[in-house]
Amino acid sequence: MKIPGFALHEQALKLRALRNEVLSSNIANADTPNYKARDIDFAAALRQASASQPALKATAPGHLQPAGTHATGADVRYRVPTQPSLDGNTVQSDVEQAAFAENAVQYRASLQFLGGTISRLRYAIKGGE
Amino acid sequence: MSLFKVFDVAGSAMNAQSVRLNVTASNLANAGSVHGDADKVYRAKQPVFRSFDDALASQSGVSGVRLAGISESQAPLEVQYRPDHPDADENGNVYVSNVSTVEEMVNMMSASRSYQNSVDMINTTRDLLLQTLTLGR
Repeated sequence: MKIPGFALHEQALKLRALRNEVLSSNIANADTPNYKARDIDFAAALRQASASQPALKATAPGHLQPAGTHATGADVRYRVPTQPSLDGNTVQSDVEQAAFAENAVQYRASLQFLGGTISRLRYAIKGGE
Repeated sequence: MSLFKVFDVAGSAMNAQSVRLNVTASNLANAGSVHGDADKVYRAKQPVFRSFDDALASQSGVSGVRLAGISESQAPLEVQYRPDHPDADENGNVYVSNVSTVEEMVNMMSASRSYQNSVDMINTTRDLLLQTLTLGR
């Protein structure tokens, strides 16, 4: 049986976790010269992931995924800065902080949806008890 | 679980920023110190940050911070004529360290803000992970 909502939010959680990592490395490198901020287009990545396109199968540790593509199929792109700094760093702390906070809230939202689905299933399994 | 990498990344950033704070403290402590030899006088130091593993980072977009080294400021030293100073050279001159107190204060604020950002990142990610653990209970 395929339960709607499970697969989608599972993908969403994975991508949110990945985006959390990417944004955290932006914030961590806010003072690193020549560091270029990166991000994931979440909507596009989720569309790609839920279009049931499996990532390239890797059967040995040496097998590579296509360049710029994460194992989940998300494209990591460079951010276009509005105020690049002189040392070549394109991290704008305020933008990154806002994106990080938004991403954390969205992650929690996906968790809530999954939790709701699970508790509804339990309710059905126990016969409404 | 990929969220765990955030702890490494934020940890490396906190480490780098704490080195920066230490260097700033050392600069501020030595601001205004003098020496009779221009080669031996304290010069302002500055940590140089690099991001970890650029090849891997371009693929996954995730990289921490590492310390590439400490650079010394080459700004000109102030020369003061103080013949009564015990360290003065044969011309009666002493050299004052080139630490700029204002610059160092700004550095200190910047480092402590960046450190706080990293702590917040860890707290948020820890909350997310703990909530994930209780999924379905």
